[in-house]
Amino acid sequence: MRTPDTATVRRGLMLVGLYTVSIAVALSLSAGLIAITGGPWRKVLSALLDGSIRNPGRWGGTLAEAAPLLIVALGAIISTRAGLVNIGQEGQVAVGAAFAAIVATRGSGPLVLVTAIAAGFIGGALWAGIAALLRFWRKVPEVISTLLLVFIAAQATGYLLTRTFLLLDSDPNKPNRVQTSAQLDAATRIGQVRLFGNEFPWSVPVAVLLAITVGLLLHRSVWGFRLTVLGRNPRTAQRIGVPVVIAGAAALAMSGAMAGLAGAAMLAGGTANYRYTPGFANSVGWEGLLVALVARNRPLVCLPIAFIFASLRTGSGFLAATGVERSIVDVVRALLVLALLVPPAIAAVQRRRVSPPPAAAAAEEPTVIMGATA
Amino acid sequence: METPTAGAGATAPTPAVRLSSITKRYGPVVACDTVDLELLPGEIHGILGENGAGKSTLMKILIGLVQPDNGSVFVAGRETVIHDPRTAADLGIGMVHQHLSLVESLTVWENVVLGDHRRLDRRKARQQVAETAEHYGLDIDPDRRVGELSAGLRQRVELIKCLRRDPAIVILDEPTSVLTPAESEQLFRTLRDVVAREQRAVALVSHKLAEILHATDKVTIMRQGRVVDQRSTTDATAASLARAMVGREVSLRASATALGAAAVLREADGNTEPTRRPSVPDDRPVVLSIDHAQLQHHGVAVLDDLSLTVCAGEIVGVAGVEGNGQRELGDLLSSLIELDGGSVSIDGRRVRSGRAGSMARNGIAVIPEDRHDSGCVLDMSVADNLLIDRVASHSRFGFINRSRMRRTAEQLMAEFEIQGAGCSAPFGSLSGGNQQRVVLARELSHHPKVLVAAQPTRGLDVGAIEYMTGRLRAAAESGIAVLLISTELEEILDLSDRIVVLSRGRVIGQLTRADATPERLGLLLGGMATPDDSTEERHAHS
Repeated sequence: MRTPDTATVRRGLMLVGLYTVSIAVALSLSAGLIAITGGPWRKVLSALLDGSIRNPGRWGGTLAEAAPLLIVALGAIISTRAGLVNIGQEGQVAVGAAFAAIVATRGSGPLVLVTAIAAGFIGGALWAGIAALLRFWRKVPEVISTLLLVFIAAQATGYLLTRTFLLLDSDPNKPNRVQTSAQLDAATRIGQVRLFGNEFPWSVPVAVLLAITVGLLLHRSVWGFRLTVLGRNPRTAQRIGVPVVIAGAAALAMSGAMAGLAGAAMLAGGTANYRYTPGFANSVGWEGLLVALVARNRPLVCLPIAFIFASLRTGSGFLAATGVERSIVDVVRALLVLALLVPPAIAAVQRRRVSPPPAAAAAEEPTVIMGATA
Repeated sequence: METPTAGAGATAPTPAVRLSSITKRYGPVVACDTVDLELLPGEIHGILGENGAGKSTLMKILIGLVQPDNGSVFVAGRETVIHDPRTAADLGIGMVHQHLSLVESLTVWENVVLGDHRRLDRRKARQQVAETAEHYGLDIDPDRRVGELSAGLRQRVELIKCLRRDPAIVILDEPTSVLTPAESEQLFRTLRDVVAREQRAVALVSHKLAEILHATDKVTIMRQGRVVDQRSTTDATAASLARAMVGREVSLRASATALGAAAVLREADGNTEPTRRPSVPDDRPVVLSIDHAQLQHHGVAVLDDLSLTVCAGEIVGVAGVEGNGQRELGDLLSSLIELDGGSVSIDGRRVRSGRAGSMARNGIAVIPEDRHDSGCVLDMSVADNLLIDRVASHSRFGFINRSRMRRTAEQLMAEFEIQGAGCSAPFGSLSGGNQQRVVLARELSHHPKVLVAAQPTRGLDVGAIEYMTGRLRAAAESGIAVLLISTELEEILDLSDRIVVLSRGRVIGQLTRADATPERLGLLLGGMATPDDSTEERHAHS
């Protein structure tokens, strides 16, 4: 291995400095905002920590929240590698969960559970597949089609909940015809791991394994290599025998499938009381996308980021006691995302400025900045 | 070739432009290093240098696109700061750029008046364009759409656009790169006229020796940002110019292509047949054959019933003015486009066009016209790029064996003398010549049946060009069928056993090595000669 030269070291130090400064700025801005809205920030921080980690049984719940975020992020990474930007995870999660619910509410037992999860996987893939079809058949940019399909997904899954033969709970004792699916049978649920007084579904360790697998596949496998070539130079890919349309469509569908899988895991993992309801995705799609963005498309980095984002979700439940508006968490999250994205962007700009020849100045990593927040 | 007589006059006239110790840095790179230059009225001043010698930067400073870090500019004897191209235009400096900047959907006269700030008077503008054209003998119809014009005519439009503003100083940046020899000749005649009749100062930027010797009165030679020599063209020879430009003794024979000097050499030696390997025997099998290839793009035939064959061990040169189907031919053999009709066969077996990797799988190696476009991935490592299509053979159970990849890559780097920060450095960090070597190494390491080299030496320096042409010859000698697609006539003449001429996507002529004189080829390129009897029967006379 080469020893790093002084320039590399200096760049590394600068990056660390930039991160420190930007995170500090984000946190003090958050503290300032909280102070303005009426609460002492110490109390808010303490409530967030209580809600996410400190109180008994809470970190298990945070892990349970983190798993779907992680799975969604992994899917986003796969399509980005292939040069396709999927930002419709919110819809793909919903469709996946609805598909899973249709299967899971019609039977009972572990076999049904496995089928339901597979159905979620397929549902997400199909929903992203629509965007892939539009992309390669009619040249519709997938950024737009995946995004707009989110809203169609909300309407379509909502419709499923208006008909008992589709998803609506047919229990006659149900009051007011509330739009919700039947609850999953105890035998059709994902089992819980019990650890130090916390419990979380088995989908959590599975998600971690998935992250490792995706990381290995993308960085070490022939498939990942070819996907990278496709994402960075499609014409070279076509020349060396990577079929641009098939491989691209497969990557986009795969990314949707992961989101669908996340939806199925949420349904059978118990984060929503084992029922499919309107607004089921609950921003998991958007936030999972942000996890991938902040982790800059590195699967293993997604692990801690997903946990932090999940902590903000579970911790925000404890804010009511402090009298601070719960949606302040969204602002804090947005500031954190910015804080984590600004340093690498600055570093990239500086690298480009130092080395003027255009060939050498090609961006090291395609940084995708998007305007999608929860 | 007659030599000009201007310049040696008794009284020194005021220079139209004088650049005094101009320096321009880009980071650690010094593009121009204390450059002095004088352009005199009534004189064509050649500025000669390799790619990256600083010629273009200097010209950009003159027309205000780039600001110098140091030094001063005098226009007509007065010190001036040229802030932007508009200032330059006001000072009477006009430029014809290497890459033409015309709007294809507009007509000739519309393009000429584009950028004017006065109120547009259609009739007057048209008339003015016609007058300028007539005045300089640049015959053109002001109402034609630019999109319908040939490259030569387009450049004529640029020239009219420049001359119409009556500039005292005209700069031409590599003006002949898109022209046929006949069109170049016409251009130089016009320039000569402009200079002699109207006492304008002309700067002709070029890396071609023949052009400089033929068309200029004085020549400035640049190397690595410095002026290394400045003399009257009458005192210069091809050899002395080449030496000054490259900075070492070069074998003119070997690098004639690069320097555009083959024609000069032939004339100087009285030797029309350059030294070359013995011609290919006739009984070699046909390896690559393209039959009646047809391709439409937006209703225009870009490949029009194109047929050609290449035999084992043969170098077939595809000559033609840029934009006549060369790019599509290269793309076709890179599996990038699907034909509308016709076929491609290797060893007599048909290969489907447009299927990912189909051409490569059947033994066609390609050095693409633009390696950044389909030849590499800039931000992957050198090793990745060297083995980009062979990772599968460096893997187990679908997972890549990095150390094995590194070993193979290092071997290839040594074999092809690729210099850089090692095989794990990003490909984009290599110099152009080394990038081209990576592509060459990868393509040859497959033991291909066919090697397609599209503009293989474009943008390379002399050393790299010598290496590349040597490799192409060696490839043919080892029995590979080589298809050389190039717009550089010298390169084609120097390397090919057989030459086909491409125009508007079809083969309009075919010459054997023995028949191919530059004159004959030039006429074919210009569409002015009938092809020899070995080619198709129908060919419209122009």
